[in-house]
Amino acid sequence: MKRISRGRFLRALGAAGVAGSTLSVLACQPNTSAQGGGGGGGGPEEKVLNFYNWADYVAESTVPDFAKQTGIKVTQDFYSSNEDLLAKLQAGGTGYDVIVPSDYMVEIMIKSDVLQKLDMAQIPNAKNVGKEYEGLSYDPNNEYSLPYQWGTTGILYNKKEIGQLPESWDPLWDTEFEGKMSMLNDTRETFGAALYKMGLSVNTTDTAELQKAAEELKKQKPLLRGYFDSTEARPLVQNGDLLLGHIFSGDAFLALSENSDLDYVVPKPAATRWTDNMCIPNGAEHPQNAHKLIDYILGAQAGATLSNYTYYNTPNAAALPKIDGALKNLPGYVLPDKVFGRLQVIADPGEATREYERLFTEVKSS
Amino acid sequence: MRERVAKGWSAGLAALLAPVTLWLGAFFLIPLLFIVAFSFGTSEVYGGITLGFNPGNYLKVFDPLYLKIIVRSLGIAALTTLICFLLGYPLAYFIVFKGRRWRNALVLLVMVPFWTSLLIRAYAWVVILGGNGIANKTLQFLGITDGPVNLIFTPEAVLMGMTYSYLPFMVLPLYAALEKFDVRLKEAGKDLGASRWQTFLRVTFPLSLPGVIAGSILVFIPSAGEFVIPDLLGGSQTVMTGNLIQNQFLQSRDWAFGSALSVLLAVLLLGAIMFYIRRVGTDKLEGV
Repeated sequence: MKRISRGRFLRALGAAGVAGSTLSVLACQPNTSAQGGGGGGGGPEEKVLNFYNWADYVAESTVPDFAKQTGIKVTQDFYSSNEDLLAKLQAGGTGYDVIVPSDYMVEIMIKSDVLQKLDMAQIPNAKNVGKEYEGLSYDPNNEYSLPYQWGTTGILYNKKEIGQLPESWDPLWDTEFEGKMSMLNDTRETFGAALYKMGLSVNTTDTAELQKAAEELKKQKPLLRGYFDSTEARPLVQNGDLLLGHIFSGDAFLALSENSDLDYVVPKPAATRWTDNMCIPNGAEHPQNAHKLIDYILGAQAGATLSNYTYYNTPNAAALPKIDGALKNLPGYVLPDKVFGRLQVIADPGEATREYERLFTEVKSS
Repeated sequence: MRERVAKGWSAGLAALLAPVTLWLGAFFLIPLLFIVAFSFGTSEVYGGITLGFNPGNYLKVFDPLYLKIIVRSLGIAALTTLICFLLGYPLAYFIVFKGRRWRNALVLLVMVPFWTSLLIRAYAWVVILGGNGIANKTLQFLGITDGPVNLIFTPEAVLMGMTYSYLPFMVLPLYAALEKFDVRLKEAGKDLGASRWQTFLRVTFPLSLPGVIAGSILVFIPSAGEFVIPDLLGGSQTVMTGNLIQNQFLQSRDWAFGSALSVLLAVLLLGAIMFYIRRVGTDKLEGV
């Protein structure tokens, strides 16, 4: 879940759009499926493509190079949360050809029938995708999505001030760091930290376990400076306002590359491994071009260029050797198998979503 | 009065009113009706709604957690309104009566913040109040504090940010009300032996009440629905009604409950305003 420079900006701006989307749902819903089939067939498409992505999540050269190679002009548009993206798609007929939802959102989108199956024959570079993406829970048959970037969720901290931290979630509950810590303003990740800490699954839908996690988070709340987006937490740890920050790996690596006093830890017994994925929504007007863009990004060089820009990890095995050495040397960028093996993938909890949200509201209001 | 208006109804007036009627109908009334309809619907798990008659969404509001959030939001909005009044009244008074030839320039200065987006201004406060921000640097330079203190991501920062954002909405109506004030009334008060303070309390202030009412309403309503500032300046540690509603439409995908909350907030605000106007007196509003 890449997230976002300027997250709140866009989110707040997007909120205004939600009211509009809400309205058009009723008006447009019946059309969605009718539009779905359009353009899927063989005829040549206009050389244009609408790419709907997280802000600041594509290398500066990616789109121009793709245009040079294929003659396809890419129009980019940005969203700031998976939920904004879903609301847009549910409003029907938005004209986007390639979107980049995170894992659990791919699952929701498949269930909501807003994605079309990818035609792997048009994406020869799909072979470059690492084996660890086969049969993941959110797209078990690998039919609807191909990975774009991935990362972990862990703790960025000031090693110079507090020394080496253990591979554990406990420091985020340590009274010694009162007022100098932050958690992500992200329900599933912050509940995840509490659940991992207690040795439970990040995907639990058990009310008693969720209650226990909420109690842990209520205990933690007085020790926190606040709940921040990952991109907000990064500068706060970097400039010393915070000693520890719950953060996404890409932001951590950006901070580490600028400030050598810092360190990043992927705690035990478990932590989140998240993946953002390229998908084509139903109703895409340029599906052939969409397949071309996906294929291009899964190329060895393009994949490396992308990750060298975003500081996130590449799911592209062919691109791995071309990743900057400096990036690879950062702590937590290349994970040993035993660390990778303990990572968990966040899944859609279905009906329990509202229980999670209600409890996070309760934690914040405590 | 009424007759004159009635006589004035002409094809021309109707033609002039048509666009605004259409505009408000299409972009205000119809969406509002949708929200009301949604609030009685049943939310689907992945967004979307089945229309029907389901009062359960309104019953959900009686969850003590949500009641607490609503009450606290109204409290914060009331406090913001009070602070805006205490700061805004002297300012408007000063501009009108002491501003002289600077008057227009001063009013313009009050409006300057509107030239940039609220979000950008809120971000400016994040920078100003941050650990290495100007505020902390100044405090340290003056020897008031030793190191950086927590100014941002506190409830006080939220209140400050809201006051800052909505102050112009208080000052401008007050200015409009005071500007119309006939200074000779003050002189008359003085001639009749009232002290300055008495003149203010018994002449000037009552005559400016329409401005006070208009300003209070303009500040209170958006404050009660605020959701950006608590996130940005409060570190998302306070949930206000606005945040709660936003969450229902995005993360929780519970549009029916979100709509019910929206309708309820609108009704509560309407009730509060009617109560307020009745207390202060409707007749006072005529001057606005």
